[in-house]
Amino acid sequence: MTDNGSLAAATWEQVELARHPDRPYALDYIHTLFSNFFELHGDRLYGDDHAIIGGPAAFDQRTVMVIAQQKGRTTAERAMRNFGMANPEGYRKALRLIRQAERFQFPIIAFVDTSGAFPGAGAEERGIAWAIAENLVALARARIPIVTLVLGEGGSGGALGIGVGDRLLMMEHSIYSVAMPEACASILWRDIARKVEAADALKLTAADLKRMGLADEIVPEPPGGAHNDYGLAADAAGAALRRHLSELEAVDLDRLLELRYRRYRSIGAS
Amino acid sequence: MFRPKTRYVALPSPRAGVGEEVDRLTCPKCDTSLEPARLTAALGVCYRCAYHFRLRAPERIAMLVEPGSFKEEDEAITATDVLGFKDSQPYSNRIEQSRASTGANEAVTWGEATLAGHGIVIVCLDFAFMGGSMGAATGEKITNGIERALQSRLPLLIISASGGARMQEGMLSLMQMAKTAAALGRLGAAGVPYISLLTDPTMGGVTASFASLADVILAEPGAMIGFAGARVIQQATYETLPEGFQTAEFLWQHGMIDLVVPRPELPAVIRQLLDLYTRDGFHSDFELKGQARAAAQAVAPSRP
Repeated sequence: MTDNGSLAAATWEQVELARHPDRPYALDYIHTLFSNFFELHGDRLYGDDHAIIGGPAAFDQRTVMVIAQQKGRTTAERAMRNFGMANPEGYRKALRLIRQAERFQFPIIAFVDTSGAFPGAGAEERGIAWAIAENLVALARARIPIVTLVLGEGGSGGALGIGVGDRLLMMEHSIYSVAMPEACASILWRDIARKVEAADALKLTAADLKRMGLADEIVPEPPGGAHNDYGLAADAAGAALRRHLSELEAVDLDRLLELRYRRYRSIGAS
Repeated sequence: MFRPKTRYVALPSPRAGVGEEVDRLTCPKCDTSLEPARLTAALGVCYRCAYHFRLRAPERIAMLVEPGSFKEEDEAITATDVLGFKDSQPYSNRIEQSRASTGANEAVTWGEATLAGHGIVIVCLDFAFMGGSMGAATGEKITNGIERALQSRLPLLIISASGGARMQEGMLSLMQMAKTAAALGRLGAAGVPYISLLTDPTMGGVTASFASLADVILAEPGAMIGFAGARVIQQATYETLPEGFQTAEFLWQHGMIDLVVPRPELPAVIRQLLDLYTRDGFHSDFELKGQARAAAQAVAPSRP
């Protein structure tokens, strides 16, 4: 195998780890890190989307607002959660929680784990693009600290729809991409079998994002990956969240919002 | 009925090679063989079936603003291959090819212009440049345009035509969604009006960011507008998609856009909106009709 080939294979290994069926999901982290998580349901407009969950929870001595994408573990749960692919209702529930967090001054902790927003006719009819876009603005302007942690897959606009904030942390074997490798291969190579090459070209690993200055910190996982020890993975995630949150809480809110604006403003600036 | 006096539209002739004369174009919808001169006079709208051909950014801008009023900004900003991306060919080659074939440096053109007496910031995407996809340079130019509107308090008009994020720029491309949205958040809070015109096609990360975040959203008839493409949806769900799925008319029916506007009527509609949404008064050099006249009387009874 060529050097390029083995590098691509190493990247693909990361993609598979990020999607490992035994990988801890948002609720595994939530139940380990927080006490008193109270899940809020429904977007108050249409329905309740189980692919995005959230609600207040106790983290150390404060209340935080948790917003998370949740994949299912069993076949039944996967169906119920639509494999973690949210419809507009999920993003609008998240918007409801963002507004509530602002009102009560709860910092937001967002857990990203989705292959993307749901590509369905109903999602289009109910304005999936509109729902995501609204959240981008709401998160950019929310007057509370926001820390985002990518747990497994960060898929495209569907991830970004709950993923804008003051800090972007990534689990060591998580990925974050403009498009999933399969979609990219099918569009650019017109051949889904080229997904391994696509994954490598997209620069989607946690290390890639750190190198590009898009991710602030990589959270170390237990040897072999987070699925080998949920407790260790959650401890590391908790320590990182705690540290970043305390840093952000010390910043004046006007300054925090200015820094958040500059964070995105500077990406790709000429 | 508004009749445009000046016509700068020179239609693209996609099948013409260098030095090749193309006499006629075929309408992809009604299959009529069209005379280019008549088609140009009709602003690129098929004079048989009203199919709206795609327009290049310079033609689009010329069609909307007062002649000679457009002052382009950031013309030199161009895409760079930061990731060293290579699919069937290197991204750097694709950039070069797009620059050569379009004569533009990026998929977006912006600047200040005058429209019916109103100063505006106009931002126009161009599908001919890499499918109008949003890379870092594209996002930068769009954000510069939004920030100019904020600083100058000039109303903003963004015309979209894009397949979405530019995959060859990976996450730098995706983050342009957040960048443009954050800038529009500031614009909205400052009370500067923003009109978004969606043209064929407007998809993916462009729809899910700046294109849908306007105070008023207009679309051209028949334009394909959405997030996920129809093919992707069918592959993922095996759903039978309804007739007219993701067309401008479909989105209007579902409450996602304010109005579907045939191309010849766009200048008048945008002018009406600028009059209503800006505080620099109504411009009486044209006749307000129907809804616009009623609104004008209600808002500004003592207008000059």
